[in-house]
Amino acid sequence: MVDLANNAAVESGNIEVKNTTCYMCACRCGIRVTLRDGVVRYIQGNPDHPLNKGVLCAKGSSGIMKQYSPARLTKPLKRKPGSDRGANEFVEISWEEAFKTMEERLRAIRASDPKKFALFTGRDQMQALTGLFARQFGTPNYAAHGGFCSVNMAAGMIYTIGGSFWEFGGPDLDRAHLFVMLGTAEDHHSNPMKMAISKFKRDGGRFISINPIRTGYSAIADEWIPIKPGTDGALLLALINEIIQTGLYDRDFLVRYSNAAQLINVNAASDDFGMFVRTSEVPPPGVIHPQDQLWWDRHTNTPVQTHSEGADPYLLGDFRLDDGTPVKPAFQLLAERVTDNTPEWAEQITGIPAATIRRLAHEMGVIARDETIELPIAWTDAWGKEHAAVTGNPVAFHAMRGLAAHSNGFQTIRALGILMSLLGTIDRPGGFRHKAPFPRPIPPCPKTPNGPQDVRPNEPLHGMPLGWPADPNDLFVDADGEPLRIDKGFSWEYPLSVHGLMHNVITNAWRGDPYPIDTLLIFMANMAWNSTMNTVAVRDMLNDKNPNGEYKIPFLIVCDAFQSEMVSFADLVLPDTSYLERHDVMSMLDRPISEFDGPVDSVRIPVVPPMGQCKPFQEVLVELGGRLNLPAFTHKDGTRKFKNYPDFVINYETEPGSGIGFLAGWRGKNGDQFMKGEPNPKQWEMYEKNNCVFHYELPKSYQYMRNWNAGYLEWARHHRLTRYVDPINIHIYSEVLQKFRLAAQGKYPGKKPPQRLRQRVEKYFDPLPFYYEPLESQLTDTALYPLNAVTQRPMAMYHSWDSQNAWLRQIHAHNYLFVNPKTARAQDIADGGWLWVESMHGKVRCMCRYSEAVEPGTVWTWNAIGKQSGAWNLEPGSNEANKGFLLNHVISEELPPHADGAHISNSDPVTGQAGWYDVRVRIYKAGADEEKVTSPQFNTLKPVPGQSGRKSWLAFFAGGKK
Amino acid sequence: MTQLALVIDLNVCVGCHACVTSCKQWNTSGAAGPMSDDNPYGPEPTGTFFNRVQTFEVGEFPNTDTIHFPKSCLHCEDPPCVPVCPTGASYKRKEDGIVLVDYDKCIGCKYCSWACPYGAREIDEHQKVMKKCTLCVDRIYSPALPEAERIPACVMACPTNARLFGDIHDSESEVSVAIRERGGYALQPEWGTHPANHYLPRHKTKMHIHEDELVRVDNPLKKEGFPPHDPREPALDDIN
Amino acid sequence: MNPALSVVFLTTLIGAGQGLFVAMYVAQAGGAMGALPVQDGVRFYALGSALSLLLLGGGLLASFFHLGHPERAWRAVAMWRTSWLSREVIALPAFMAAVFVYGALHYLGWNDNLFGAASPGGGWTYVAGGVGVLLCITLFVCTGMIYACIKFIEEWHTPFTLINFTLLGVASGFVLATGFSAFAAPALVKFFGAWAITLTLVALIFRAASLLRNKRIRHMSNLQTAIGVKHTKIQQKAQGAMGGSFNTREFFHGKSALFLRSVKWIFLVLTFVAPVPLLWLALSSGAAALFVLAHLVQFIGLIAERWFFFAQAKHPQNLYYQTIS
Repeated sequence: MVDLANNAAVESGNIEVKNTTCYMCACRCGIRVTLRDGVVRYIQGNPDHPLNKGVLCAKGSSGIMKQYSPARLTKPLKRKPGSDRGANEFVEISWEEAFKTMEERLRAIRASDPKKFALFTGRDQMQALTGLFARQFGTPNYAAHGGFCSVNMAAGMIYTIGGSFWEFGGPDLDRAHLFVMLGTAEDHHSNPMKMAISKFKRDGGRFISINPIRTGYSAIADEWIPIKPGTDGALLLALINEIIQTGLYDRDFLVRYSNAAQLINVNAASDDFGMFVRTSEVPPPGVIHPQDQLWWDRHTNTPVQTHSEGADPYLLGDFRLDDGTPVKPAFQLLAERVTDNTPEWAEQITGIPAATIRRLAHEMGVIARDETIELPIAWTDAWGKEHAAVTGNPVAFHAMRGLAAHSNGFQTIRALGILMSLLGTIDRPGGFRHKAPFPRPIPPCPKTPNGPQDVRPNEPLHGMPLGWPADPNDLFVDADGEPLRIDKGFSWEYPLSVHGLMHNVITNAWRGDPYPIDTLLIFMANMAWNSTMNTVAVRDMLNDKNPNGEYKIPFLIVCDAFQSEMVSFADLVLPDTSYLERHDVMSMLDRPISEFDGPVDSVRIPVVPPMGQCKPFQEVLVELGGRLNLPAFTHKDGTRKFKNYPDFVINYETEPGSGIGFLAGWRGKNGDQFMKGEPNPKQWEMYEKNNCVFHYELPKSYQYMRNWNAGYLEWARHHRLTRYVDPINIHIYSEVLQKFRLAAQGKYPGKKPPQRLRQRVEKYFDPLPFYYEPLESQLTDTALYPLNAVTQRPMAMYHSWDSQNAWLRQIHAHNYLFVNPKTARAQDIADGGWLWVESMHGKVRCMCRYSEAVEPGTVWTWNAIGKQSGAWNLEPGSNEANKGFLLNHVISEELPPHADGAHISNSDPVTGQAGWYDVRVRIYKAGADEEKVTSPQFNTLKPVPGQSGRKSWLAFFAGGKK
Repeated sequence: MTQLALVIDLNVCVGCHACVTSCKQWNTSGAAGPMSDDNPYGPEPTGTFFNRVQTFEVGEFPNTDTIHFPKSCLHCEDPPCVPVCPTGASYKRKEDGIVLVDYDKCIGCKYCSWACPYGAREIDEHQKVMKKCTLCVDRIYSPALPEAERIPACVMACPTNARLFGDIHDSESEVSVAIRERGGYALQPEWGTHPANHYLPRHKTKMHIHEDELVRVDNPLKKEGFPPHDPREPALDDIN
Repeated sequence: MNPALSVVFLTTLIGAGQGLFVAMYVAQAGGAMGALPVQDGVRFYALGSALSLLLLGGGLLASFFHLGHPERAWRAVAMWRTSWLSREVIALPAFMAAVFVYGALHYLGWNDNLFGAASPGGGWTYVAGGVGVLLCITLFVCTGMIYACIKFIEEWHTPFTLINFTLLGVASGFVLATGFSAFAAPALVKFFGAWAITLTLVALIFRAASLLRNKRIRHMSNLQTAIGVKHTKIQQKAQGAMGGSFNTREFFHGKSALFLRSVKWIFLVLTFVAPVPLLWLALSSGAAALFVLAHLVQFIGLIAERWFFFAQAKHPQNLYYQTIS
């Protein structure tokens, strides 16, 4: 008899249990891995981890199938001489040969023109290291995937409230009563959001989802409000309008903690038009945000310095300073801005009935005003006023790519930040809460180089590869105002592109615009497939040659753990390890996993040895850094500074003796310090002993109102999270944006946009949020292409990563286009039938699935399920290739030529955020005689040397005896 | 008498499939494993799973509900699959009500799967025996595991805590309370199988705003109501 | 349900084997009562029993193909108290043994009358045959009840299942007996032929009645009860697996409604309509080949009938496996 309850037999073998951090998506849950006889037997959520508290998602629970996937690369490879890129023909080489090849090539580039080396990375979690490497190398051409992910969310929020969603902040669902979620992909944020929503609902909270599609989290919303994609800005402005009209805003909060009451010069003729009037000309030293703006005091009816004792400023009104300057409070300008943005106006744009919009505003406002939370936590604000309690208005929001991935996303997200501020919900209980190292100044301090002189042979880059422009003179442009980065980031085309524009790198490099590059190093980004727009053309570009026979992008290095479509285009392939095989840090210098109550960082520690010759990419960079004698990686005498990556993590300091390194926990010789302190040789061991995580819980009085919390700001400065202790007032009105607008008008001193871009900058750098139709829609014949097409994230898949996962691919083997039955029937398309979805850029043939959970003007599919035949070591004929498809083929990386230029990125004009969800399409039935496979199709890839064979069936049983 | 069961809260299930793969990874290397997969890297991949999450749409746009619906063996109190088994391989444990299959006795005739209205049983195409959810019987009593982890793998993984586990015959257990207080129901009650597993329905929190709440004493617009005045401006007061 | 050929052959073959045995026993009883001519023990009964055993053995063999672990088939006798399948597993070999004994007694001529010459039908073969008939009935009941006892497969959960399994088995056995007697006992051809036609037509009546009944079933289970949501419009979008699962392979035949309808008419024609004129023609012409043809046509019809029997059954689990995406 087999007694399934008898576990003695199966728990035989050598059992080991090790903690590390998951990497099946970007969520970074703590995991506990059980090995049996050295084979991964079970991966569970670590119950002692602050992020996931023991839970784990479908991806995390399928890590075994990723670890032992036949798609893994195990040997360094070089393209077979004579074969084309994309043919996937490689020969095995040694690591030494790989390093030598890179060393020679990169050394020569660095000695001549470092910007000819470009390093772009996907959803990696080591930007602290990759950014450092790029900077040390001296190239500005570095970014991670943020530009095509959610930079609008980061920039829009950080330029408004000094913090953002997900890694840097989020909704406090523990205390919220109303939760409004707008356009959120289920991977942002994953398990903690699931845990929080569930608890929130059980506690009786009301959850409203605003989304064109009802899947995932939206499924369990108490109310689903379908909206047309790209129109959230109109909705938010109408909500702002209604909340101002009904007086449901938190006046006290706005007055004290935002610039709403600050007076703005409204003399259109003045060079300072639209700027705050200030009492001082030059900010005092050591201050980044001097508190020298004016209020118009109601009591004395005079202008007074902000936060003057006893003053109570007008929020509305129209005033004149003694020198005759007409001024208005920022709030007055906001009120004027939204006057016409009525719910009726928004109904026409969003498809949401005006009555629903009003009701939504009332629900938000009434809950915020009437269900106030008061916590008996005394704190002192930055102006010295003592508060006996922390109060909060329990309305919380969450939003992500649904707002961000539109070319109007930045202003939309500004509107969201302002709505959240009007309701008085910033870093307060029940509202939005920051996570360390945020809040940071608006904008944060790091700056990019700002001219060609900052890129010099054999020198580190002068400036950070990515930074936060505070005014036009921070832009990285040449004397003509033209771009200096390969992706044209930080140029007048996309001035606040704080995460770069990875989606334009290949196209720009291929075109040699602004200049040709030599070597492109791509780390774990599938730029020949789902991570690029315009996939077919981009693949051709990767394989395109000059008349002299040299590739237009001469050398392409790809580092990945798996045989992605991108790997097939590489000249040199570096096999990365799996997440279970390496050291990693979720660093405070990058995107830590902080909680609302304080900073948290964490690590990965290998639980199994690397497979084959896999080498962590970090080790590659540390090795290359040494070989190329990059200063941070080399001693003065030219010898290598760090033995390996773990050694680097312990010993690297941002500046000699700064005490700031990659890990914040257990610093100092004995590990008794945190955030700042000498390197600790036992730091890894201490992390290992502590569930791979360091968590510092702030004193209660530092946990709220951190933008203005004197105690917290002092604490943050003392621990070097920030440089300044100035309060971080909310930018209801963005003077930063106004500076760019003034420059476009020829007013602001310094850099000016090139003539062709002046109108663009002037229009989109509006200091107050406004709604405009996404750029692509403006340039599309929407009568011909009436529908919006977007993608959603399946919760059991992360981008393209999991089609090689034997368990997860059973859940999502291929994808359908989801269409409202009304829309489909109008085209005579059957449920399950084949159809074409076509934009002005391209078309895709796929299968239709009727859905009542999508608004009729939108069609959608799951992201990145479709695969090239043979990629990821799947058999030719697999569902992913024959029935799966990418929507990317109908999305362009560039807008059609128009007034702003011939090659303007399909991106937000402020931030360069890829406008993934702006595409307009039409659908029509595929002919009965057409082949029943998705189109386009590509060549079938053969496995590469070093890959294990694909088994025709599996009966996985880890180690032990059965 | 104990009857262990899962109570699945559809009100919070977001359909993430965590229960599906956490079950698979625990059980494939556990007492019930291996759980085979065919064409794992080829066309139409298909394998043995004890638990699946399905999706249903209820209603018509815009009044649509998307229901994520996890389904595994319901461990019926009167399991129709057990008496039909010709070999006695399928049995219901007296001590805790878990319905199990003895792989050594199973002849792979599949009759039990026919006799289950819920489609909860799956034959392992390579081991050729019938398999199904064991409620992680090799976990829940395992002295090798910390006490807090002696629960089914799916319950431990579920990020929304949508899966409750306990004894439905104990009126004070978490699962009994949930069933009693939150409208727990059984699937296909028409067959009298008395499933031990229950489901908790969707519950929608609504808000009602009385119009009085919009006429507010604390309306901040009152403070802005009188624009600043210049005392030098003429007034009626100056005239009479 | 997805019809398993092993089970289709099992039930049709043993049905015919059972029917043939019944036909023989009826003939023997008729002989004993003087209503029918008495037949040769070896040529008719022993050979007939062998033929019956061949069919029963074929069915048994087919059934092994249904098992994941045929080597453990012996275990299936264990649960006879609760399981109709277990009972069938006992009844089939028991019946086969009875047929064997019956045939052997005939072959050996051991037919001493137990009750004296005055009581016709008192011989050993009569007793063995009587036991055989009881076991035959038991087997029909077991086989039918395997399906009829599953209350939520409503197409099966009806007395018709039992009746049809029995009638179709007996009818096919009589058709076979008619053909067999053309070789082995020409004197019984007309008797068997007449009963074959009669039983076939009676079977048609009951089979048609069951078709009518099944057409009008309003299934107790629907998506509302399956997932417990009260709404008239519920549609599945995903079943959690896109490459198929045991649930899609075992319970769906994957054939179109047209195919199903065609199979229905084919089996109605081949099982019930075509054999009648063929038998009539055979009886009137005496052409032995026509008897064989009638039997073959009907047996093919029966395979289609049994396929349809499975395919028509809608298992409530199918509610959970309607759509992928």
